[in-house]
Amino acid sequence: MSYIHLAIVWPLVGASVNGLFGKWLPKKLASFIACFSVLLSFLASFLALVMYLMGIGALGPSGQYIYTLYSWINVSGFTSDFGFLVDPLSLLMANTVSFVSFLIHVYSIGYMEKDEGFTRYFTYLNLFVAMMMLLVTSENLVMMFVGWEGVGLCSYLLIGFWYRNKAPQRAGVKAFVVNRVGDFAFLLGIFLVYAIFDTVRFSELAKILGTQVSISPYLMTVIALLLFGGAVGKSAQFPLYVWLPDAMEGPTPVSALIHAATMVTAGVYLVARLNFLFTWSQFAMLIVAVIGAFTAIFSASMALVNNDIKRVLAYSTISQLGYMFLSAGLGAYPVAIFHLFSNAFMKALLFLSSGAVIHALNDELDMRRMGGLAKYMPKTYANYLIGAMAISGIPLLAGFFSKDAILYSAYTSTPLSFPSVGKILWIVGVLTAILTAYYMFRQIYLVFLTPPRFNPSLHPHDPPNVMLVPMWILSLGSVLVGYLGLPVLFTSILGVPNVLMPFLNRVLHSVTVTAHKVGEPISNKELVGEAIVTLVSVISALLGLFLAHYFYKLRYGITEKLKRIFKEPYLTLLNKYYVDEFYNGLFVVNGKRFADFLDAEVDRGVVDGFANFIAFFIGALGQLLRSLQTGLIRNYAWYICVGAIILIVLLFRGVIT
Amino acid sequence: MLYQATIPILSILIFTPLIGALIMLFSATHSIKFHRFFSLTISIIAFLISVGILPFLKDLGTFNLEEIYTWLPQIGASYHLGIDGISLWLVLLTTFLFPITILYSFGSVHFREKEYYILLLITETALLGTFLALDLVLFFFFWEGVLIPMYLLIGIWGSGKRIYAAMKFVLFTVVGSLFMLVGIIGIFVYSNQFGPSTFDFVKLRNIPIPLELQTWLFLAFTLGFAIKVPTFPVHTWLPDAHTEAPTAGSVILAGVLLKMGAYGLLRFSVGLFPAAAIKFSPSLMALGVVGIIYAGIICAVQTDLKRLVAYSSIAHMGFIVLGIFSMNSIAQSGAVIQMVNHGLSTGALFLLVGMLYDRRHTREIAEFGGLAIPMPVFYNFFLVVMLSSIGLPALNGFIGEFLILLGAFQVNYYLAGVGTFGVILSAVYFLYNFRRVFHGECYSSENRLLKDLNLREILALAPIVLMIFLIGLYPRPFLKRTEPSINEVVMRVNRAGAILYLSPTERAQKEDVSKLINLNLTENLVK
Repeated sequence: MSYIHLAIVWPLVGASVNGLFGKWLPKKLASFIACFSVLLSFLASFLALVMYLMGIGALGPSGQYIYTLYSWINVSGFTSDFGFLVDPLSLLMANTVSFVSFLIHVYSIGYMEKDEGFTRYFTYLNLFVAMMMLLVTSENLVMMFVGWEGVGLCSYLLIGFWYRNKAPQRAGVKAFVVNRVGDFAFLLGIFLVYAIFDTVRFSELAKILGTQVSISPYLMTVIALLLFGGAVGKSAQFPLYVWLPDAMEGPTPVSALIHAATMVTAGVYLVARLNFLFTWSQFAMLIVAVIGAFTAIFSASMALVNNDIKRVLAYSTISQLGYMFLSAGLGAYPVAIFHLFSNAFMKALLFLSSGAVIHALNDELDMRRMGGLAKYMPKTYANYLIGAMAISGIPLLAGFFSKDAILYSAYTSTPLSFPSVGKILWIVGVLTAILTAYYMFRQIYLVFLTPPRFNPSLHPHDPPNVMLVPMWILSLGSVLVGYLGLPVLFTSILGVPNVLMPFLNRVLHSVTVTAHKVGEPISNKELVGEAIVTLVSVISALLGLFLAHYFYKLRYGITEKLKRIFKEPYLTLLNKYYVDEFYNGLFVVNGKRFADFLDAEVDRGVVDGFANFIAFFIGALGQLLRSLQTGLIRNYAWYICVGAIILIVLLFRGVIT
Repeated sequence: MLYQATIPILSILIFTPLIGALIMLFSATHSIKFHRFFSLTISIIAFLISVGILPFLKDLGTFNLEEIYTWLPQIGASYHLGIDGISLWLVLLTTFLFPITILYSFGSVHFREKEYYILLLITETALLGTFLALDLVLFFFFWEGVLIPMYLLIGIWGSGKRIYAAMKFVLFTVVGSLFMLVGIIGIFVYSNQFGPSTFDFVKLRNIPIPLELQTWLFLAFTLGFAIKVPTFPVHTWLPDAHTEAPTAGSVILAGVLLKMGAYGLLRFSVGLFPAAAIKFSPSLMALGVVGIIYAGIICAVQTDLKRLVAYSSIAHMGFIVLGIFSMNSIAQSGAVIQMVNHGLSTGALFLLVGMLYDRRHTREIAEFGGLAIPMPVFYNFFLVVMLSSIGLPALNGFIGEFLILLGAFQVNYYLAGVGTFGVILSAVYFLYNFRRVFHGECYSSENRLLKDLNLREILALAPIVLMIFLIGLYPRPFLKRTEPSINEVVMRVNRAGAILYLSPTERAQKEDVSKLINLNLTENLVK
């Protein structure tokens, strides 16, 4: 198993080759190198998974395999090696990431075909895969931080990929800076972890925290929240979510890969990876869950009225990530990872399908200038529909199972610090589920089913196979991956086991969640509870679907009237609650003003002014004294006279003896 | 005491550039090609000598390859050289950067070239001497020796207000040097009580000096070094000097000259007066942090590219001061490696800005825009170097910043926490201005016709970029050699501190930093 680092090395090789020699490579070769290196990366991860399942290699106490490639930083007691951790969590992440990455790489060949920065694009994309694989396989916090910032860099480069335009560049800088705010907290968290535990290795931390520790819960809360701060930045949670909608300025496959399926889930991965640490602070867990739930419903509400096809999906991503934090915060880490896993497929599928639409309509993003595309692009429509149904929680698709697991874990969870929070968050989750189904089907109607509103001279058609095949594969995933984590209700009826949860449970120690425990007899009460939760989920999904159907099919056009009646709420949502304006006013404008003040008044004025004043003072003194040096004897005679008189007076007065 | 060196390799290293300069002095003024390639060759030879030293270094806890000759017996000053894991990297940084700046200068200096290269080589000798001298008089001699050629380089080959800038640079430094001179004489006089008076660093660091005297001597030395670093609030000479200096001057100034101050702080302020250093460590850490934040904020509104880099330089040096005065091995190792990192990345940034200035004859950020289109190679070099300066992990800047902050956090988590805020600021000011220079449509025809980097310029930058990656990905060879020397410094600090300040029980507590932090944090949270 000690070659999962190849999953990082291959894409890095691909990036280097394309980065250094891309200018001279034919497009076909460059894209082949890029895709093939990611395929190798997937094969390396998959091989590791197979070996792990077959039980090859000695495993540690909680089923992990750790090896070090070389010593990276090693200074007087502080050690951070280039080391890797192979366990169910990292294996699942690595396989998901590399598999989805490979599909999106292939799709990109078609999507970016006519772009002048073709090889530059693949260089960045390969670099991203390498960094993401590093993030999910590293065995210590600092190495993980390398991947963490590395994917942030690639995100910055790819958002601003079309650098001739202003908006992508601004969005890129915004993404990087907002992420750095999160990373600031993350770094402090790492420092504090090292100060207290004397190590940054996950395995050692788990060992220390696995036993009773005499560290105050307050301190654990501080550590957990600081590290969560990093997750909030990277996974675009409230209040640092503002960069993600703007990140949609990047090429669509990038939005699919980085800003939906993989990178943004890194925060969830972090919390799950450090589950043994979060468990020590009930308060921090509560914060994680509440922020997750709030973000889920908050951003779903913004998706309701947005007209930009990609931004709706972006808000949807933020909302789904909120779900994951909701369940992670309640201690249901495997459930969070399950949703992360299914979301990777559904979101990648939706973005790639939207990319097909955007491509067909000549880079049109506004859904008000779409409509009726089902007739022109039936295959894209089918894919989009599968994605929308899956994410809305329509029964028997992936999103149904994973979201249901989250809602059920919330419903049953009773954290010690605040027992009723589980039920409250469950209600929030259900409301969000209604909104999710509504905005997804609103999009389906606006793009595919309402009367066409696009420029008639365009002849939209389905994309070529190089784009379509990855979409189909993702569709298949969006249908099937849910069956890896069937809920108790289904396992007991169908007699099919839930394979994912026991696998993940080897490393993720669920705290509160009672669902999906293997081998335990299932009480009828539990079954009924689960049945109720499932029923509510199904109803809410159908309700959302029906609302969209009502507004955009049965009473098509009524939305214009509603916009006029509910003008204020509508505008608030459309303007994203004015959060961007608020941040801009608070931080950017004031920051600039303050910087100007420091530069002009303080630095040039006071600090340099003082130095110049001293110089001026000495100069002036010199000028004064110089005027005494006239060179005229009569002046000097006078000085001597005056001096002599003063001396005599002083002598007589006894001042000088 | 006397090291049995068969070849005085350090002296040869120091004086190679000077001998080269002397030879050039007697060459014909018009043979420009000769001046260029001869000075390049000399500087490369110096680099090769310094690299050649590496295998001969053993046990860097003490000074290696020492050379002691009687110099001025009347006052007890000797010619004493030696190298350890701290000076080693600064010597290598110096010899590494000089060939690069000389190579760069081929295309940007077009008058009085003979004098220009001679002055550069003299500067190199003085810098190497400063880092290798172990006798205070010799150190002072080289320290001041840097000033004269640098003054001329800025004053003659600079731009705009070059005379003002050169004068400011000299006056600031000299004021600091005077205080330092007083300190040197002070410690010399005091050493009389322990045998014949001496200026020898190795002897002086073993004399016990009472805290009060240490305080005064420490302040005198530290003021001199702090101006050179420069630390807030004595930094204002730097933006002017950098902005008006010729590019090579800026590279040497930022790359190596500022390190004289940081090196002095670590070697002499902390090395000779450890107890006073402990006493002032919180204030100096705070000054470092103020530098990081203050300069970082000012960076954001600079309109001149060179001024932007200059202020970012102040912020980076703030990290180094923070590291040095955190007084533990992690932070000080970070500080040493950060000195190298800063020399590489800021040096490279000045080179890049210089290359742009050579083409466009302006440094106003507002004049640019969309440069990525006509100059893709330049764009990529700038990107990598900027990311190194921002402290992106896997590049060199991260190793230094991370270790400094990690170490500082063990001592004072408030100051380290505020210092960490610098990582946000550096991203803001660099990315914001990077966007304004390189991105967007390339409208103005002057910008559109800019030529990309030529082979000579790429050759000058490539070694730096290589080092940026090497240190970032594999810092082991660097840290391994620094560690013993730093441990020596820290050991002396701890010994002095323990004797002067703490009772045995307190000592035990202080060592367990984690407990201390734990205690404080908990108390704060309960409140």
